[in-house]
Amino acid sequence: MSEMTSAQQQNHAVDDRDVEIHDYDVVVIGAGGAGLRAAIEARAQGKRTAIISKSLFGKAHTVMAEGGCAAAMGNVNPNDNWRVHFGDTMRGGKFLNNWRMAELHAKEAPDRVWEMETYGALFDRTKDGKISQRNFGGHTYPRLAHVGDRTGLELIRTLQQKIVSLQQEDFKATGDYESNIRVFHETTITDLFKADGAIAGCFGYFRSTGRFVRFNAPAIVLATGGVGKSYSVTSNSWEYTGDGHALALRAGATLINMEFLQFHPTGMVWPPSVKGILVTESVRGDGGVLRNSEGKRFMFDYIADVFKDLYATSEEEADRWYTDPDNNRRPPELLPRDEVARAINSEVKAGRGTPHGGVFLDVSTRLKPEEILKRLPSMHHQFKELADVDITKEPMEVGPTCHYVMGGVEVDPDTGMSRVPGLFAAGECSGGMHGSNRLGGNSLSDLLVFGRRCGLGASEYVDGLAGRRPAVIESDAEAAVDRALLPFSSATEGGENPFVVHLELQKTMHELVGIIRKADEMEMALKKLEDIATRTRTVAVEGDRKFNPNWHLALDLRNMLLVSMCVAKAALERQESRGGHTRDDFPVMDADWRHVLLVLEALGEDNVELTRKEQIPMRPDLLDIFEMDELKKYFTGEELGGHRADQGERA
Amino acid sequence: MSYWAHFRVWRGDSEKGELVDYPAEVNEGEVVLDIIHRLQQTEAQDLAVRWNCKAGKCGSCSMEINGRPRLACMTRMNTFAEDEVVTVTPLRTFPVIRDLVTDVSFNYTKAREIPSFAPPEGVEPGEYRMQQVDVERSQEFRKCIECYLCQNTCHVVRDHEENKEAFAGPRYLMRIAELDMHPLDSADRQTAAQDEHGLGYCNITKCCTEVCPEHIKITDNALIPLKERVVDRKYDPVVWLGNKLFRRGEPANKNR
Repeated sequence: MSEMTSAQQQNHAVDDRDVEIHDYDVVVIGAGGAGLRAAIEARAQGKRTAIISKSLFGKAHTVMAEGGCAAAMGNVNPNDNWRVHFGDTMRGGKFLNNWRMAELHAKEAPDRVWEMETYGALFDRTKDGKISQRNFGGHTYPRLAHVGDRTGLELIRTLQQKIVSLQQEDFKATGDYESNIRVFHETTITDLFKADGAIAGCFGYFRSTGRFVRFNAPAIVLATGGVGKSYSVTSNSWEYTGDGHALALRAGATLINMEFLQFHPTGMVWPPSVKGILVTESVRGDGGVLRNSEGKRFMFDYIADVFKDLYATSEEEADRWYTDPDNNRRPPELLPRDEVARAINSEVKAGRGTPHGGVFLDVSTRLKPEEILKRLPSMHHQFKELADVDITKEPMEVGPTCHYVMGGVEVDPDTGMSRVPGLFAAGECSGGMHGSNRLGGNSLSDLLVFGRRCGLGASEYVDGLAGRRPAVIESDAEAAVDRALLPFSSATEGGENPFVVHLELQKTMHELVGIIRKADEMEMALKKLEDIATRTRTVAVEGDRKFNPNWHLALDLRNMLLVSMCVAKAALERQESRGGHTRDDFPVMDADWRHVLLVLEALGEDNVELTRKEQIPMRPDLLDIFEMDELKKYFTGEELGGHRADQGERA
Repeated sequence: MSYWAHFRVWRGDSEKGELVDYPAEVNEGEVVLDIIHRLQQTEAQDLAVRWNCKAGKCGSCSMEINGRPRLACMTRMNTFAEDEVVTVTPLRTFPVIRDLVTDVSFNYTKAREIPSFAPPEGVEPGEYRMQQVDVERSQEFRKCIECYLCQNTCHVVRDHEENKEAFAGPRYLMRIAELDMHPLDSADRQTAAQDEHGLGYCNITKCCTEVCPEHIKITDNALIPLKERVVDRKYDPVVWLGNKLFRRGEPANKNR
């Protein structure tokens, strides 16, 4: 925390070009679950590691994950195993997922959860003392390790405390807590540096002082989370400005699946100031039901053909499932999130919404008050304090909110490395794992599995360099300073307030590239984004560089803009509806699109270029996990030649 | 339904500062943080404030509102009369960086001084077995969102800079209690709580409990039980004898 001390000593002039320089083996950008797990691994591999956090250490967006961490431990239902989890994940993503990532994730998640216990995590328990697991949308068996409805907080705190424990070990050995792993909190990275095509370092500023900082490092792990702040109604915090996505693009890496955005079905809709704040899926997992203004449990009307065999068709069967899941099908409230979000959207559009434009989510008539307080304490607290609603007595009003981006940096599944040597990505800012739609609970497990893999991948990459580290090119470093200072020089030329431009961007994306999309609207969005790009280049800020939110936003805006262009371009290109991408003009899922990935790369400073790429065909042993009948709903005929049914017929 | 409120916000840095008056529009259902954001978007563009989740889950937007330590995101505007002046100032116990943002590094320093979870020897990952009733005591303390309102309000350090060296503060004494009550933690923590982290400074006035936005019973469930364990330990003749015989001998069972 020594930069805090410099905060008090130095008051930087606006145009001060001085840069503090550090050398590390691995720099992790982002201090949420993925970043912290990556850093722990890099440090375990003996690498000097820096963690860069846009907020204070421990405040990451991971705390917003409520429901749990999916891992097929089989503690509650012994029938669960990695194959079932893999199958659910692929099904949830409509088979567009990178199957290798889904495989690694399903196989490794239990070990990552158990490891958290050795770091001190305290999950809720089963009667025999094991980690308890709860039901969630799209998961066949109770699978989510949880702590009430604050699982994300438990994960972030546990990882934070593990890092402290590593620092304590280092202190014993070297007398310096920060000798091998140091957290640079309230620090934002604005540029990555390359030399000879490989990563050489990165540049940014300390938010508290505005002082510039440069890290010379051969390996960088991006773990910056998502992009929700480009939308007006979102569950995401101010940090979610697509920094990692944009940094990767500018460094020459590619993004995939950017058309797939998850609108979580249940965000708060009232009062206006909290619109978008998340209402955990656990409410439904624990028995909560969705009703429209006519009192009807409408989800029974929205079971898509591909899910017909898996979900209950009557309220009676659905209710029996909670106590007898082996002999009944699950309630349709627990369909994957994309399905539920679209259904709510349709009900509201059809005039069957609540007074504040949502639908009712009711747990008060389903569980006893004490049970609700025990299982959903933070939801009870949130509604009581922010909306004057007591969820033990009355229903909540909920509606879709922009929650998660499935798209992200295209990486090697095993190591997490992008196409830029030395540049890695894990967690929400990487792409592929969740396909077109992420299942609830698969995010926390994703963080742990691929955070660790990136830490390992980065360490091995550094070892492979054998000391020949690319050096930052000084002219690049100077250009980064110029770019960061631009909003101050624009001020003298009468540029706009960045808040105003930001609101315009959010409105554009929300209205024109939102939950239901049309070609003409997206074309209009792309035109508007071009205009916003011009305005973003000349936004101007008031004040100086010390903790100036105006300046921070001016710099973040560049990233939000670039990412929004990726979303709009990819969404316009994909002429089908699948997962987190719904086209009003192409309402049906099309098997010919399943094997196509839309790849984006940077074209200059604030534009992107889109190309199509074929998915790698799934390994036959993984295909065999599914029945042929199910695969036929998603795949074209010629893709299924390797399936056991086909082989059997030939033999 | 909207009205204009009278806000008075502290602006300045570590060297100088003053309360600045702002008229601010308030709409139905809004919280103090909404108003601060509106000021940023209108007449105080460089007003510094920390915030993240805006849902009471991250503990970033701690400040003092009409003198009370609160989370700005959980303080509803309808708790004030429309003609009431709403005064917003930074946390008093920590040095100001700018406007409403303070240097909270004291807390990170203290966090690092508390020995971490000590895993039980010979228990493999996946083999941890604990009963729900046993984990619940520590789970209550792990609800902590580290907003530092308790650290800010505790009178041991609030106006006593000189006590900061010796006193970990309620949040970190609670962390010791949490680890002490963890069913599988293998370290001995009670003596150090008193001797190294300043448990004795706490005279259970419950100010920390009162300001906790998570409603954790810090004093009743963490600090008092920890004090009792320390006292039991000190005056238990068997423990005294054991310590004599084995010098710093660890008791076979954690005293719980």
